[in-house]
Amino acid sequence: MFMKRVALASTIALWAGGALACEIDARVNIIGNEFPAIQTVGAGAAECTGAEVKKNLTADHKDIHVAGMQGNPAEYTSAIVANSTLTILMNDDLVRPLDDLIAKHGAGLQKSQLITIDGKVMAVAFMANAQHLMYRKDVLAELGIEPPKTYEDMLEAAKMIREKGVMDNPIGGAYAAGWNLAQEFNNIFLGNGGSFFKEGSAEPMVNSEAGIQTLNMMKALTEYMNPDFLTHDSNATNAEYRAGNIAMLNMWGSRAATQTTADGVTDEVKAGHAIAGPLTVGGGSIPASTLWWDGWTVAKNISDEEAEATFVAMMNGIRPDLMKDDEIASQAVWLIEGYEPTDAAIGVFDAAKAGTLPYPMVPYMGLMHGAIGNELADFLQGKESAEQALTDIEAAYVTAAKEKGFLK
Amino acid sequence: MKHRTFFWFFLPTGLAMLLFIAFPIVSVVVQSVFAPHEAVLKTVENCTPLVGCTTETTIDQDATREIRDAQPLGRFVGLDIYLDRAHLAVAEVSDAWATTNSWGEFSDKLFNLPLYRALAFTLTFTFIVTPMLIIFGLMIALAVNSLHRHLKGFMIFFSLLPMIVTPLIGSLILFWMVDSRGVIGSALVALAGDPNFSLKASTGLTWVMLIVYGVWHSAPFAFVVFYAGLQTLPKDQIEAAQIDGASRWQQIKYVVVPHLMPLVTFVALIQLMDNFRVFEPVVGFNASAHATSLSWIIFNDLGGETRQLSAASATSVLTILGVAILLSPVLVRTWRDFKGK
Repeated sequence: MFMKRVALASTIALWAGGALACEIDARVNIIGNEFPAIQTVGAGAAECTGAEVKKNLTADHKDIHVAGMQGNPAEYTSAIVANSTLTILMNDDLVRPLDDLIAKHGAGLQKSQLITIDGKVMAVAFMANAQHLMYRKDVLAELGIEPPKTYEDMLEAAKMIREKGVMDNPIGGAYAAGWNLAQEFNNIFLGNGGSFFKEGSAEPMVNSEAGIQTLNMMKALTEYMNPDFLTHDSNATNAEYRAGNIAMLNMWGSRAATQTTADGVTDEVKAGHAIAGPLTVGGGSIPASTLWWDGWTVAKNISDEEAEATFVAMMNGIRPDLMKDDEIASQAVWLIEGYEPTDAAIGVFDAAKAGTLPYPMVPYMGLMHGAIGNELADFLQGKESAEQALTDIEAAYVTAAKEKGFLK
Repeated sequence: MKHRTFFWFFLPTGLAMLLFIAFPIVSVVVQSVFAPHEAVLKTVENCTPLVGCTTETTIDQDATREIRDAQPLGRFVGLDIYLDRAHLAVAEVSDAWATTNSWGEFSDKLFNLPLYRALAFTLTFTFIVTPMLIIFGLMIALAVNSLHRHLKGFMIFFSLLPMIVTPLIGSLILFWMVDSRGVIGSALVALAGDPNFSLKASTGLTWVMLIVYGVWHSAPFAFVVFYAGLQTLPKDQIEAAQIDGASRWQQIKYVVVPHLMPLVTFVALIQLMDNFRVFEPVVGFNASAHATSLSWIIFNDLGGETRQLSAASATSVLTILGVAILLSPVLVRTWRDFKGK
């Protein structure tokens, strides 16, 4: 009896101690990507008690979040999104404005965290992301090469590394046909000063001088990549880097901290790993990269109680005291109050400082991204000209945009 | 059977067919002739972290909702989706026909269009894999059937393994093996004598790999069917052939194969359908840069960040039509046999 009482008392003491201070009274169900920072947010939300908190964190979140939020009531009460995916959810009117919930429960949020569209807060951002350079300082130093600042430097460095016989294919890149490949195109295209659409309309504009320069640069880079590059996504590219097969790559900042902590990373790679800001291209000043944020939303098609519970739980997932944990702090470039930038964050901060453009948040960008991803492979295999590839991208995009009602 | 009895006998099956076959097809057809409403766009101010505020275009939800509520199915577009570049590409094909001077040029332009490119692979795959898997299935069945009975059970299990392995897993395992750092990949590099030789980087070799995988995966199905058929082969016919002095090859050609012919038709029918819908290997082998199929197009339209339901529905309907055309010779023959009796 005494023991029981002690156990009970200590439970209450723990509970009252604030570790589990999050109390909710309606269901929460989160859909989102699976990288470490999002896992942390999901785990934080799941600490809430009083009602069930479910989460589905998967790399395939983009394939299911629309379907999962379209019903009424929606299956998912919150989607963790980024620039591109918030647009997709907003196209179908699936997320609710958060202004009233922020007024009630949003103390501690920073102004910069509020993704405001047309005067209404549609998402709460918790981290920033950008692709930037990662390289092997030991390999470059040995050959007396300065870390590259431009893609042209990168090509030159790659040539030297290959000629000296250090590595056969020193450049890495997530060039898997589809989303990844299109994203690499977007980076270099923006760095070349290109714009995807005619001002204020959904008419495509990729078939331009910037487009041709972009394709020629991509082609030149692939000459120094593993010949299987069209099947290498970010994970496969990272595996190549960790195995010590490549010396330079453009990679997501969100993966910077874990780049050398995975199993099987050689000591050479661990010691030689370095990061820097994104490269520029073609003498331009805008970095060949895009700036991203990750944040969470609250579904529209759910009851107000569920929306409130979701908001409270998600706030618990991004509470400032998480930033005291060194491991969590190194997982991402957090936008949360109290975050002190770690070494792994240099790349993303450099990207922001250098004026990297945000990933376009227009409703038809998803269709453009898809068209680019499908139509570039032929060019990179040398089966068609750059002009033909760009014409194909525009034609594929126009077809899709007409179907979706963005173009007449 | 009395009509009344037949009606009650058939009713459950009929209902299930209506629910699980007819309705989905109707739904797909309807979706393929409707497209989302024209988007009402407006310019708004967006504010995001590290960037600040910019003006961007977004969808005017209130205006769009009104149009959506008035016509929930979307706007009627008739056959527009079927005829657009992502599908039959009528305008592009006739333009290519008019502006090119040689077949080579014309086929270059034709196979640059997504549907025709997918059809090229899908049909090649179907018409190479189907006969090959029938031949291999028959060979395995004959070989296993002539084994000692103690060995048969083990060999049957062993031969069925490719079919037991989930298609996606099977293709992934092979995908890793043919990677330029994998077992088969490294062996090929050594054989080719070129350190940069890569199977995955070559369209021709990717097709060969997919076809080999297709045969490997489906041959056990043909084997099982043929092996069952062999158990019904009358002993006396074989004995009569042996007495007549027929060689083993002649026995197979004149006795065994004719006996199994209805099963060959059955396997061909099923496998033509299956192979025309080839999908898992394209995904498993990450081969979309080299080979696409009709089913992969549907998957891609539905899986993009922006789902294209109408485009996917139109491709689905075209796939159904394709299967119908493929099967028509066999179906016509079955119908004739039926009438003949």
